[in-house]
Amino acid sequence: MRAFTYQRVKTPAEAASAAAATPNARFIAGGTNLLDLMKLEIETPAHLIDVNGIGMDRIEATQDGGLRVGALVRNTDLAADARVRRDYAVLSRALLAGASPQLRNKATTAGNLLQRTRCPYFYDTNQPCNKRLPNSGCSAIGGFNRHHAIVGTSEACIATHPSDMAVAMRVLDASVETVKADGSRRVIPIADFHRLPGDTPHIEHVLTPGELITAVTLPKPVGGRHFYQKVRDRSSYAFALVSVAAIIQPGGSGRVALGGVAHKPWRVPAAEQLLPRGGKAVTEQLLANARTSHDNAFKVTLVQRTIDGLLLEARKG
Amino acid sequence: MDDHLNIDAARRELLIAGALSATTAALPGAANAQSAGAASPRQASSPTATPAPVTAKVALRVNGQRYEQEVDTRTTLLDLLRERLQLTGTKKGCDQGQCGACTVIADGRRINSCLSLAVMHEGSEITTIEGLGQPGKLHPLQAAFVKHDGYQCGYCTPGQICSAVGMLDEVQRGIPSHVSASLEARPLLSPMEMRERMSGNICRCGAYSNIMDAISEVSGTGSKA
Repeated sequence: MRAFTYQRVKTPAEAASAAAATPNARFIAGGTNLLDLMKLEIETPAHLIDVNGIGMDRIEATQDGGLRVGALVRNTDLAADARVRRDYAVLSRALLAGASPQLRNKATTAGNLLQRTRCPYFYDTNQPCNKRLPNSGCSAIGGFNRHHAIVGTSEACIATHPSDMAVAMRVLDASVETVKADGSRRVIPIADFHRLPGDTPHIEHVLTPGELITAVTLPKPVGGRHFYQKVRDRSSYAFALVSVAAIIQPGGSGRVALGGVAHKPWRVPAAEQLLPRGGKAVTEQLLANARTSHDNAFKVTLVQRTIDGLLLEARKG
Repeated sequence: MDDHLNIDAARRELLIAGALSATTAALPGAANAQSAGAASPRQASSPTATPAPVTAKVALRVNGQRYEQEVDTRTTLLDLLRERLQLTGTKKGCDQGQCGACTVIADGRRINSCLSLAVMHEGSEITTIEGLGQPGKLHPLQAAFVKHDGYQCGYCTPGQICSAVGMLDEVQRGIPSHVSASLEARPLLSPMEMRERMSGNICRCGAYSNIMDAISEVSGTGSKA
């Protein structure tokens, strides 16, 4: 690990201005992904800003009937919150399907959104990787890519975003609240928060340098049956091959987002209109223009069958 | 090595004097003291240059005893426990949060000590396997692991036991799991629940069935399971 200086801050504004004042600084909260990457020298910050002391660790009701989840709320606490369990079950289910209990006890809401891909070539510093080292090439294209993305990919990168939580937030139309170094605040719809890889796969989200996530807000509950179905190589503590977050209303309409298939949570509004027609119609629209390889073509079938399974479950009432 | 530490300590005193009270900063060189409030790091001459080590003080309680240490900022909680405090019961397995051998209880919650920086535990209360029980006065889970032979090589055992302590507390607090049929009902510790909730601890010897027996006995779910 590279040596780094370390600082604790007390307010979001202090955090953002410290980041702006310091070259190559990173925020650290749970640290469960950043430290892992620092040990491998994939991440090499010169300065760490510990944001655990800034507050932002509560879940509060908003005026419009939703919830504001502080950036530092731990994954365990978000999943276990009584309001989340009752009104946003898809989010509880997604969180509980991710990582291990020890990691969820540390990992934060903001950190979960900002975690980096688990593409094995990104982790293997002996291999070319455009995300780790821009313009060095992509080892996954033409390599072993069973876990990789099938939609929204580019010639530069086929990595997936590993978060389960973000997929549920996408289906819930969450918003990300931030503060910048100059003190200005903005609200970013989760749909626009993560980027597709394009020519710049090392840029994974729309935050500007030093911009700090302060909270994620959930709109008022939409009702319906909530599902988060994660399909993986073992039944616990593994990243998704595909995952489906779904909210199905009594009439059969609803919302669907996918994990494990793209560089960001994948949701196509037009596809959701087809929910009453079943998984095949939905999947054809959701994964239109999919670019698969020999290793990961199975994901298309797996998505369809997982959606059909959930629709069947929803009809059981 | 000692000389180096002394120099760092001298720099530290100088820097702390100049630092703003709201900011705890650890800086690599006195040249940065002027900008201590903003805590700017030493300018890296090139991306491949190796930056000089930085140390910082951390005070925490481990198994009820207070420790104050000057550590390299890179030191993980795991390495602090093992290498500095000689509490070698906590084990280093994968060192990347995948095996659970390093599990300790920090401020009442089980965590992977390999993925947590020591300097981030200022004021923390840590319990390691040594703090749960000692020979002659074992924690009930330690005794149950012995009774049920819940290990073979024993390397994962301290992590398994600390994790089980945290897990039973989470169930007590009503925290659901991935396999809980209802998110709102009180969780019961069925064998399936126990397997899911202990999935962050890998046992390469495969002593899982005996580990289950040991935890079941302590949780009182053995007869109901």
